[in-house]
Amino acid sequence: MTFDVETVRKDFPILSTKMRGRDLVYLDSAASSQKPEAVISAISDFYSAHYANIHRGVYQLSAEATQRYEDVRSLVARFIGAPDPREIIFVRNATEAINLVARTWGEQQIGNGDEIVLTTMEHHANIVPWQMLAERQGASIRVAAVTDDGVLDLEHLKRLLGPRTKLLAVTAVSNALGTINPINTLTSLARDRGITTLVDGAQAAPHQSVDVKALGCDFYVLSGHKVFGPSGAGVLYGRLPLLESMPPFLGGGDMIESVSFEGTTFAPVPQKFEAGTPDIASVIGFGAAIEYLEAIGMDQISAYEQTLLTYATERLLKIPGLRIIGTAKEKAAVISFVLEDAHPHDIGTILDGEGIAIRAGHHCAQPLMKRMGVPATARASFSFYNTRDDVDSLVEALRKTQEIFA
Amino acid sequence: MDDLRELYQEVILEHNKKPRNFRVLEDANREADGHNPLCGDELTVYARVSASGLNEDGNEIVEEVSFQGSGCAISKASASLMTDFVKGKSLPEVRNDFERFHQLVTSPPSQPAETEGLRKLAVFSGVREYPMRVKCATLAWHALCAALDAEGETAKTE
Repeated sequence: MTFDVETVRKDFPILSTKMRGRDLVYLDSAASSQKPEAVISAISDFYSAHYANIHRGVYQLSAEATQRYEDVRSLVARFIGAPDPREIIFVRNATEAINLVARTWGEQQIGNGDEIVLTTMEHHANIVPWQMLAERQGASIRVAAVTDDGVLDLEHLKRLLGPRTKLLAVTAVSNALGTINPINTLTSLARDRGITTLVDGAQAAPHQSVDVKALGCDFYVLSGHKVFGPSGAGVLYGRLPLLESMPPFLGGGDMIESVSFEGTTFAPVPQKFEAGTPDIASVIGFGAAIEYLEAIGMDQISAYEQTLLTYATERLLKIPGLRIIGTAKEKAAVISFVLEDAHPHDIGTILDGEGIAIRAGHHCAQPLMKRMGVPATARASFSFYNTRDDVDSLVEALRKTQEIFA
Repeated sequence: MDDLRELYQEVILEHNKKPRNFRVLEDANREADGHNPLCGDELTVYARVSASGLNEDGNEIVEEVSFQGSGCAISKASASLMTDFVKGKSLPEVRNDFERFHQLVTSPPSQPAETEGLRKLAVFSGVREYPMRVKCATLAWHALCAALDAEGETAKTE
């Protein structure tokens, strides 16, 4: 099946809505993606015909809901190349997944004087939990540099990996610049030195196929809402032996084997990390999103997005006074830019007036903004439902912005 | 586009391009930073307050005021117009101005804008259509009031 953008656009009801009287041009998928009808109806159908709490009821409805929920776990495992569905922990989002690892594995494994290596291009979600952990444990954070192009400085990173380094936590794709990091190289550097790795896949999973086994990472996190699923369902992947050796995160129902006031024993993974009633319907919806993506094919999606990225880059570079921030060779379909005379926030508002949704600001990556020497950028992020027409609308609106601020 | 023209009026665009009182005030005796964490706008407001005594009502006077920093057109123009507006006023007057300005930019767009006495500041009535931009319009005012209240405070809009 060849990829046809006009066909897939029909799958996303929101793309035919009007915004400020104009056709919506949605260029903020890096913040959150839109949802195909398949996801929306899966949630509605689940609540209409199959809903009950999971892992509890003796009745058929609950058994079926449990089965559907667990089926999604297997689906996710297959989608990201995890060998065993028990390696998939459902959380709310990538942020929660990172906090889970920091609170459990981190507190168990990272001690006084140990080091955590991050990069300048991390999202705050992959900085702050580690800072909090380092503060509690007396550990320190070391930060790998980024070049002027927005590329990870591998030589600098190598120098940071030392005998006290316990963890390398790195993003697969920069949310602010789109830079794709060489994860295989990084995990093999870490493995040679006995360093545990966590890969933030929040911005990678929507754009490319993921194979955690081939990546060779210990942990991988993602947010379902950026992968065309509903908000409220995210994933922590961890290698089984690691997950089994970690203490639980939240205590409560569903994560125990038996409870008494003399002592409690915990359920095996993955239940050990899923206390309380999860966002069941969102997990079901995320399952529908994965099935939808698999039917199109992540490779087709990547290939199409790359042609769109090339087109958008070429067109934007023709606008005088526009500078693209982040010019790595390997990029996901994300373009951060600044205009000479207009602040990103004003660009965002004027584009909004044209029905175009972009992100303006620091993109939860303040250290990276500082490194690139800008207080903020405007960011257009593309998905496979965007078109060349969307790019043309963006370019035209940016010209209008320049007219206003001329 | 009409709402946009309403927001980005000529006065605002002009003050964005050529902000007034855009400098460090060497003999300031009050100053405060304003920071909008959402968009990264940062500015510092400087004021010289009653270096030469109180007014006849016994109130302190903003004798001189200036600002510096980086931000969007709305925050920069607002800071610029504010400095022109409050110069020579007493502290209670300035606080009252801020209250009225705040009401102007946060009142429902369906109601007529209350611009009496706000003179040029009335150009910010268009902000009412863009609730996300209220913080930009009020950043300098928050910083000014923090400067007048106590020296060296950082005003945040969230």
